[in-house]
Amino acid sequence: MLDTLRRRRDRADVLRFLQVGGVYVATALILAFNLFFTPNFATLANLRLQLVQVAPVAIVAIGMALVIATEGIDLSVGSTMAISAALLPLYIGYGVWPAIAVALVAGVAVGAVNGSLVAFAGMQPIIATLGVLVAGRGLALVFANGRLTELFDPTLDALGNESVLGVPISVLLVVTVAAIAGVVVRRAAFGRQLVAVGGNRAAANLAGLPVKRTLVAVYVVSGVLAAAAGVLSTARQGASDPSFVGLLIELSAITAVVVGGTPLSGGRVRILGTLTGALLMQLITATVIQQNLPDSTARMIQAAIIVAAVYVQRGRSRA
Amino acid sequence: MTTTPEVVAAPARRHLTTRGRRWRPDRAGAPIVLALVLIGGTLVFGDSFASAQNFGNIALDSSYLLLIATGMTLVILSGGIDLSVGSLLALAGVLTAYGARWGSIAAVVLPLLVCAAFGLANGLLIARARIAPFIVTLAALLFARGLAFAVADEGNTVYIIPADLTLTRLGQARWLGLHAPVWLALLAFAVGVVILNRTRFGQAVFAVGDNQEAAELMGLPVARVRLLVYVASAVLAGVAGVLVAAQTQSGLPTIGEGRELEAIAAVVIGGTLLSGGAGSLSGTLAGVLLLKVIQNLINQVGTLTAYYQQVVSGTFLIVVVLIQSRLARRRLR
Amino acid sequence: MTTPAIDVRSVSKHFAGVRALDSVSLELNPGEVHALVGENGAGKSTLIKLITGVYRPDAGEVRYLGEPVAFGGPRDAQAAGISTIYQEVNLVPLRSVASNLFLGREPKNRLGLIDYRRMHRAARETLSRYGISVDVRRRLGELGLGVQQMIAVARALSTEARVVIMDEPTSSLEPREVDLLAGVVDMLRRQRVAVLYVTHKLDEVFRFCERVTVLRDGRRAHTGAVAGTTRLRLVATMLGRDIDDVREHGATTFTDEHRSVAGEPMLRAVGLSRRPQLDDVTVEVHAGEVVGLAGLLGSGRTETAKAMFGADPVDSGSVSVGGRTRRRWSPAVAIRNGVGMIPEDRKAEGVIADLSVRDNIVLAALPRLTTAGFLSERRQSDLVDTFVRRLRIKVANTDQKVRELSGGNQQKVLLARMLCLHPKVLILDEPTRGVDVGAKSEIQSLIDELAEQGLGVLLISSELEEVVEGADRVLVLRDGAVVGTLRGDDVSEERIMRAIAVASDEAAADPSTTDAPAPEDADA
Repeated sequence: MLDTLRRRRDRADVLRFLQVGGVYVATALILAFNLFFTPNFATLANLRLQLVQVAPVAIVAIGMALVIATEGIDLSVGSTMAISAALLPLYIGYGVWPAIAVALVAGVAVGAVNGSLVAFAGMQPIIATLGVLVAGRGLALVFANGRLTELFDPTLDALGNESVLGVPISVLLVVTVAAIAGVVVRRAAFGRQLVAVGGNRAAANLAGLPVKRTLVAVYVVSGVLAAAAGVLSTARQGASDPSFVGLLIELSAITAVVVGGTPLSGGRVRILGTLTGALLMQLITATVIQQNLPDSTARMIQAAIIVAAVYVQRGRSRA
Repeated sequence: MTTTPEVVAAPARRHLTTRGRRWRPDRAGAPIVLALVLIGGTLVFGDSFASAQNFGNIALDSSYLLLIATGMTLVILSGGIDLSVGSLLALAGVLTAYGARWGSIAAVVLPLLVCAAFGLANGLLIARARIAPFIVTLAALLFARGLAFAVADEGNTVYIIPADLTLTRLGQARWLGLHAPVWLALLAFAVGVVILNRTRFGQAVFAVGDNQEAAELMGLPVARVRLLVYVASAVLAGVAGVLVAAQTQSGLPTIGEGRELEAIAAVVIGGTLLSGGAGSLSGTLAGVLLLKVIQNLINQVGTLTAYYQQVVSGTFLIVVVLIQSRLARRRLR
Repeated sequence: MTTPAIDVRSVSKHFAGVRALDSVSLELNPGEVHALVGENGAGKSTLIKLITGVYRPDAGEVRYLGEPVAFGGPRDAQAAGISTIYQEVNLVPLRSVASNLFLGREPKNRLGLIDYRRMHRAARETLSRYGISVDVRRRLGELGLGVQQMIAVARALSTEARVVIMDEPTSSLEPREVDLLAGVVDMLRRQRVAVLYVTHKLDEVFRFCERVTVLRDGRRAHTGAVAGTTRLRLVATMLGRDIDDVREHGATTFTDEHRSVAGEPMLRAVGLSRRPQLDDVTVEVHAGEVVGLAGLLGSGRTETAKAMFGADPVDSGSVSVGGRTRRRWSPAVAIRNGVGMIPEDRKAEGVIADLSVRDNIVLAALPRLTTAGFLSERRQSDLVDTFVRRLRIKVANTDQKVRELSGGNQQKVLLARMLCLHPKVLILDEPTRGVDVGAKSEIQSLIDELAEQGLGVLLISSELEEVVEGADRVLVLRDGAVVGTLRGDDVSEERIMRAIAVASDEAAADPSTTDAPAPEDADA
């Protein structure tokens, strides 16, 4: 019997390692693969390209991770990106910073709507944010009249394409957001509250935590980050394209969060894991392209990884 | 021990007072709103809305959604969710067109088998491996979409279904003025109603969604029920895909985006609780019609407001669910 | 020499180092009603789960009708003829009464479809045999807990069961319904069905059962005929203490000195009403006083507690702390004003299982430990260490997840959470439920100590000894209304049960609350 116990414990250890570190292992593997088999992979230019391409998803994914930690979900992030992208050309006449400010405020507004529906109306997050997803994309198209608008602003262009000390500004932005998020989750009261609300909402309520306020706040954060991602995306493209910007990004974000080790059932956040998850998905797509594999393969591989990631995770909750 | 006294379940204090009516306001919502909207639409737009042709179009549009939403209703009633149906629709369409080279039978059997396999995979991962339905069907959504593109050579090849195939002729047929998909959707709906309300399996679906642990303890085959609903959902999505392919005589891997969300919306608007355990297919029918009628009405207004359609749809979904949860909460108290 | 229906032979079961059962044996004979008693954590539910196949024994075997068995789960056990009636009503509340009775076995017509008319008729007949008359088309969840429990009994017995396990079956039943259950048990006995009757109400042991087995700390401490023992002896065996000691000091570690406290109440709730759970409830708790709330499951105790803590809204009524009435009441406001609560269901509403012990303890105190939104690690650690020590919480380290702790330690974590706020009043809802004997007495002593130091306590417990010995004043609730107040030496189990019974008889006699003529005296 001791033997079975020992084997069980060893298996539990491996499982735990995979749950926490699985995403890092997978990322390391794919990097190694590319280093050997993909020409021109290890060039600075390529690395920079990968990071810049993943930046918007990474930012959105961080917001999504916080929402998922409260046992919620935010399907509207793509539409928020579209709204923010649509507003930029409308306000750029006042200057680039005021325009960005307006875009971010729009993110706050969308987040506030989501948060209120979830916290005060008691709606389930999937339905509330679904409604906002549909309505939001429409709103963005209304603002932009369905058109793509080119933007010629040097600051905006710099934001999207320039670097500081060799590091692209968009990447710096991601790192900053991640750092702030990490600190908040670890050291700030808000971070504890959010994880408590996701872990057991009833218990958090009875412990006197400001549950409703926390929920609204977390959706606002997700909204702002999505808006920022929209700005970034537009800046890089040099054009505001509300029909396509952020399309299906909620799927990528959710995937990054889940693969990165944050459980859908709430109660814990892994910021670093989320970033790595986003990077992993990006690398898969890049590898597929560079290996001349059909694009559809990337999707199928991503699907398999998601299942593997959650399969490994579920062992924990059943312990 | 003398005579066993009668325990009457009526003593007012021991029970939540209900008026004991059989009419449920939270469920009657969708049909009433539908009726109002139909009346309103006719008043405002007259013949361009209330014509046989327009209603026929609405019916055709609704049929694909009804097929998917029927399966979705079963899944949601059992406490789950299926995000893969949109991708399965596309996959089925592509496979139908692909399989058409071998005749009508192959063109139908191939996509339905593949969809059933997907449903089985979903069901196994959810019911046996106990992974969250949201994630499993999300992965299936990605995988199925990828597969659809792969079969269609990344979208570069569009398989065409010849017009003289039985499949095409049947798929584009009209009986009594209604298109074939409409009849099929109604048939699926009718079968679904019978299964859900008049078979033990149907009752089990409700019970599993209501209280899974209790259902387990009551001896119901919970895992089997949870698995089968996903197979049903996938196959119905497959049927819808086959019909779309027959109608358009082609298999495009890009269709079906967002259909799953539309189906969820229809189910919820129809009064089925997202958490499962309570709801009805007739409500879903009303929800499907409501969504499609509103889309149609918005189109009647003019082309510029096509974007407003989305705004209205989204807001509408939120408002309806809000009202419903308010009503439901008051009843359950 | 009849073969026992169930023969448990020296079974043992371990969970992660905790020994839940150690070489326990039990024989259950056909036509016998066998009581299984023991404190919380003694191993009763583990034993049941072993019999019904939820768990496999690590050692020993279970024999059913003479053959060794290893059921795959409760479903298999049920199919084989072992029916279990659980303490929580394990039915599906959104479905109708009739559906619940027949789920999985619905009668079909010739077409193979469910025949609702026949099902409803059969449901009505079955229920009338149990003396229940209700519209079988109503949703189960709309009915009172007592009726739901009787329906669960009816369902469990509708199969051809050879063994029936009843786990705390009367926790939500009124005296009249308990009489009904007695009739049911009689009927089973006559049908030569073996009944395993798990309860912590010793009166029922003497009323219903022929044999009794006592579990303590996972071992069998006693087995024998009910006629050959007394209540006192059973209690002593359950606790592992000397009879005279129990006789003198009572079953709990509460000191039975009664405090009577005057002055302004620390916490006062007046006229709390919310149809249909609360009906004009008024409760006062003074400093240094322990007020007990007694009543059946479903009588409104938890609802009262939650309303007083601001966790649930009320239609009318008010709550005041320290003499000042608050306008907007919520748990956060209550906590800020010195009221703390430990909820009844610690798994669902108390601990956050995946967070660490440390995070769970400081949860309510977060506002006091933050400067500019950031937490001070040091102050957190200090606070946590102090209370882990004071309450003797057994942890490897404070970063351990709460889910890994035993029930007793989890409960202590919740206590620590509230105590580190230095509250003036503490509402405790079933503080020793699911807690082992050792931790239980520690918690009881702690409550005494806190009251001694001036804390006001509102104590809710289904274990009447706790209420009787721990409280200075007891309010008896029934159907959401206060039906009696007992003070000082008047506080006793019989008086409490009588208050509940009298109220239920009055309700029965009142023509406005029943649809049937009042029964003859059933309490004889």
